[in-house]
Amino acid sequence: MSASSTAEAPFVAKTKVGRFTDFVDERVGGSGILREFGRKVFPDHWSFMFGEVALYSFVILLMSGTFLTFFFDPSMAETHYQGSYTPLYNVEMSVAYNSSLNISFDVRGGLFMRQVHHWAALLFVASLGVHMLRVFFTGAFRKPREMNWVVGGVLLILAMAAGFTGYSLPDDLLSGNGLRIIDGVIKSIPVIGTYISFFLFGGEFPGTAIIGRLYVLHILLVPALILLMIVIHLFMVVVHKHTQYPGPGRNDGNVVGYPLGPVYAAKAGGFFFIVFGVLALMAAAFTINPIWNYGPYDPSPVSAGTQPDWYIGFVDGALRLMPGVINNFHFEYIIFGHTLTLNVLLPALVPAGIIFTVLFMYPWIERWVTKDNREHHVLDRPRNAPTRTAIGVAGFTWYCVMWAAAGSDLIATHFHVSLNDVTYWLRTLFFIGPILAFIVTKRIALALQRKDREIALHGRETGRIVRLPHGEFIEVHAPLDEYKRYKLVGFESPVPLPATPNEHGVVTRKEKRRAALSKWFFEDRVAPATPAELEAAHAHGHHEAIEAGADQKSLSH
Amino acid sequence: MKALSQKRRHPLAAIALLLMGLLLTGGLYAVATSVNQAKADTTSYSASDVEQGGKLFAANCATCHGMGASGTKDGPSLVGVGAAAVDFQVGTGRMPMQMNGPQAQKKPVQFNEEQTSQLAAYVASLGAGPAIPEEHLLDEKGDAAKGGELFRVNCAMCHNAAAAGGALTRGKFAPALADVTGKHIYEAMATGPQNMPVFNDSNVSPEGKRDIITFLKTIEANGSPGGADLGSLGPVSEGLFVWIAGLGVIIAFTIWLTSRTS
Repeated sequence: MSASSTAEAPFVAKTKVGRFTDFVDERVGGSGILREFGRKVFPDHWSFMFGEVALYSFVILLMSGTFLTFFFDPSMAETHYQGSYTPLYNVEMSVAYNSSLNISFDVRGGLFMRQVHHWAALLFVASLGVHMLRVFFTGAFRKPREMNWVVGGVLLILAMAAGFTGYSLPDDLLSGNGLRIIDGVIKSIPVIGTYISFFLFGGEFPGTAIIGRLYVLHILLVPALILLMIVIHLFMVVVHKHTQYPGPGRNDGNVVGYPLGPVYAAKAGGFFFIVFGVLALMAAAFTINPIWNYGPYDPSPVSAGTQPDWYIGFVDGALRLMPGVINNFHFEYIIFGHTLTLNVLLPALVPAGIIFTVLFMYPWIERWVTKDNREHHVLDRPRNAPTRTAIGVAGFTWYCVMWAAAGSDLIATHFHVSLNDVTYWLRTLFFIGPILAFIVTKRIALALQRKDREIALHGRETGRIVRLPHGEFIEVHAPLDEYKRYKLVGFESPVPLPATPNEHGVVTRKEKRRAALSKWFFEDRVAPATPAELEAAHAHGHHEAIEAGADQKSLSH
Repeated sequence: MKALSQKRRHPLAAIALLLMGLLLTGGLYAVATSVNQAKADTTSYSASDVEQGGKLFAANCATCHGMGASGTKDGPSLVGVGAAAVDFQVGTGRMPMQMNGPQAQKKPVQFNEEQTSQLAAYVASLGAGPAIPEEHLLDEKGDAAKGGELFRVNCAMCHNAAAAGGALTRGKFAPALADVTGKHIYEAMATGPQNMPVFNDSNVSPEGKRDIITFLKTIEANGSPGGADLGSLGPVSEGLFVWIAGLGVIIAFTIWLTSRTS
């Protein structure tokens, strides 16, 4: 008894606030969570913040979107506009478009919120894209993060779906034209296309159901899925810990950076307001989707300059690039009374299909080629993985060609060139652009590696020219400090893995293919300078004043 | 009536019927086309205007359009294009053409108003064609909403819903319509310059044209309610803006936020 009475008295906070927080903490264990999460370390680099930008844009989308739902009416019933925008006064239109106009002109702050919402949507998908590019080019998708890469890809698709369903809601001419294109694409799917279209639109396009259905998808299903994916994504980030760029003291077993609390949390919290501020500024000063210009949807008019929002642009561009006929070769067939229109089906679904298939499979492809089953937490500098970087740039170039094609008419008018020529050039680039981009990128990456190697071995060019007693001029090279040199030499440079027999002593055909790919991946390589080479170069450096000429020749050792 | 029904099997009945049919269709056609025919009122031009215009034409236009505006291989005949066509082409500087190309470009006007009017008088005297529209059609007091509907149905596919212009094939284009006078818009519709189709009076009535002009002038005067319009080019300029300006500013902030560490 006496022992228990002398035990530490239960903690009693001194202040009211302290007692209150203690009360809550004892019941929900907040301090434990905070202790755990607050000590999570995040490396600091500007390129690590695009995921955050996407997250914050999404939060802003939820907030502004909620505001918009208060005033938006997703009905396709017909009405006559009686609001304050005179050029549309008394025009027959759907209730959805009517309410979008009212949000724009008659709800206080409505236009601002609409513009915040739309700019945030564009920024959301853009920052997602840039985030994925960063992850790809730095090799952050490698083990253990392959599944998180897939979750990210799913998020990209969901973001596009959210964007497209939202783009269609105001029921203006532009969005109706966009829906009509989607309807055409759906109908081009063999056999089931027409059924899907009729199911989706509740009959023949446009029907009276589509806006309401898209609205449910846009404000309920898609955001819920996005939220779920974000939770999974962030959960995995916590489990895996954050990757870091190579540097002294950084390896696959540690994370060097700031703890979440308080510095990083403050930065991240502040960054939310920066993103919000930038979006608010854009929304206040720049028009986006001026639906009043486009007028109500009517299936007959199609305005010049009809484009989807940027993230659907590559599909639209592919459609624009596809020729209807080549000489006498048609792409449309009638098989058993069903029309198969390859000139819609091919461009609309195949490039997007290829891009997303390769995107989802890439971590496994590289893993198979390299047979690399180790965990990677230190990132690659893009130049140190030349083939991967070149593949990424080739894919991005392909995407950009299609993307540019979506604006072919504007390229034609604004650069005073013929629309036909723009299309011909982009068609050519569609095929050779990625190949050129691959070759050029790989060469640039290898050249940068060689430059790194030279700087590591011989130091930085100082620009100081010295004349020696016998008349020769040399440039003095300053040696690098160890930290900078580490960055230039501390990376892995895999060599091609030849085919090896399996447990039965057989070299399978698949293994041969893998070996061939491995050779293609890694045969062009610039090895990082080894300690021995550094040593030799360092010793060499002492004689530099005399043997500067020989120095240049020694690059290849 | 009885006499008529008795003679319906007369050998000449078929011919008579054919004649009547032809007369009817021909007459209707004549009525229909005369509706489209702009009331070429050469009356308002004096003989000296026509004469002066003829001289100007011979000196400045005949190289391509031929003496008497009968056309050469370099330029079409202008007989019957009307005063409106001349007023548009010369009044906007498109004619005399600067250089051969997919279509005549706008440039500083080469003739003063009097000379333009004399040229118009001369060409109008060669054959009936659309006349320069009357003032009451250009008063910009029509129904803007009606004009907007007409514009979206007839014009937006080339000129863009916000009249920002658009591309046509092989280097041709539909120009942006901001800063174009109501008179020139009307004349363009009536005469179909360059690659533009003619919107005659039975296609879009003079009141409809007035509404369209009212609509265009209204949206031009309204400006952009949502802030800078980024050229009214739609999602392409918006996408470019978010990638370059939006993301650019955000990246600048990320660099600033992470700049204090190695």
